[in-house]
Amino acid sequence: MAITGDSRSQFHVLAVDDSMIDRKLIERLLKTSSYQVTAVDSGSKALKFLGLHEEDDQSNPDTVPSASPNDHREVEVNLIITDYCMPGMTGYDLLKKVKESSSLRDIPVVIMSSENVPSRITRCLEEGAEEFFLKPVRLADLNRLKPHMMKTKIKNEKQEDQEKLEKSEIQSEQQPQPQPQPEAQSQPQPQPSPLLQQPNNNKRKVMEEGLSPDRTRPRYNGITTMV
Amino acid sequence: MLGWGVDRLRADMNRLLAMLFHQGVLDEQFLQLQQLEDESSPNFVSEVVNIYFHESEKLLRNLRGLLMDREFSDYKKMGTHLNQLMGSSSSIGAKRVRNVCVAFRASSEQNSRPGCLRALELLEHEYCYLKNKLHELFQVRPLLTFPNTFQNSDLFASRFGFSLVYIVTSDVKLRCADGSTESTGSWSDLRFVTMESV
Repeated sequence: MAITGDSRSQFHVLAVDDSMIDRKLIERLLKTSSYQVTAVDSGSKALKFLGLHEEDDQSNPDTVPSASPNDHREVEVNLIITDYCMPGMTGYDLLKKVKESSSLRDIPVVIMSSENVPSRITRCLEEGAEEFFLKPVRLADLNRLKPHMMKTKIKNEKQEDQEKLEKSEIQSEQQPQPQPQPEAQSQPQPQPSPLLQQPNNNKRKVMEEGLSPDRTRPRYNGITTMV
Repeated sequence: MLGWGVDRLRADMNRLLAMLFHQGVLDEQFLQLQQLEDESSPNFVSEVVNIYFHESEKLLRNLRGLLMDREFSDYKKMGTHLNQLMGSSSSIGAKRVRNVCVAFRASSEQNSRPGCLRALELLEHEYCYLKNKLHELFQVRPLLTFPNTFQNSDLFASRFGFSLVYIVTSDVKLRCADGSTESTGSWSDLRFVTMESV
């Protein structure tokens, strides 16, 4: 089903759960739904996989080299699904860290929990979780994931187009990255999109060279380049 | 006769499953697990159940260890073990075990050591029952899932008095080594069967 070499055709989910059984279950559920899966047993391992190290300081982008944490990540992650109750870093903590990270905040996060605690659910949704699943998670629940992943996929593809464009225009400088979030950044983030996929570069470049830079991108609020 | 044998096995398994559902030992989640099994993951349920056994026994040992200590007071730690056991029981559909965990947790929250001891006894009993029944279930099951493996072929063959068998599909079709005949149903239709390596 997946077109080999083209990571865009398959969604990749990062599953986080300290319970081995639940990890196995969610992995099976996701694979049955034709998603690629990486399963880890802790929030800190999840962050490591995502290329974000806990000591990253988001408030000081200048000290972070443009290609730094994002290089460690070989695969694009289209969704994070995490258990709430975990020793050490809870799912809520992980959610917060992801949403606080400029490079990761666009990744949709789903929380799972075996306990139906309304205040917990509210807290997670308020912090930016897309969905809250009660365990045990069923196949039918996973049908709710696709729209969230599609959103990011489309956004990433647009960003890639933009990247290609800018790459062809700018010679040696770092890639400036427009921020798609409505909440405007107080300072520009000069890092390239961490979700940019390496294998597709050449393919897309050939196709997209002729794109007009004036193409409207409402998501970026009219900002197309930043130097 | 082949067809009859398989049907009988299937009936046995269904009867056992029905009983376990009726008793509330298993719930719908167990069925969900079965639905997740397919050719690409033919042993999924038994794999999950084995992990469950392994983890649960560790947790039960921990719980007993905690409670056996006369000076035990770490109800919080006990609660953590219980939550884990509750979660995994719920994930595989082990309803009765899970329910006992809930009651156990209530005693734990009341800091009642006698209550906890009683609950633990009940928990161990329920767990043993579940384990025995699931073992029974899995003895029957491998023959009826995707048995293109040596292990399943052996089991199947020995049960029906043949030394070697190659099973083609989950419907238990038998095929001769030279591929000349395929047969479902009557054993007498087969001239010979040989085992092919997977």
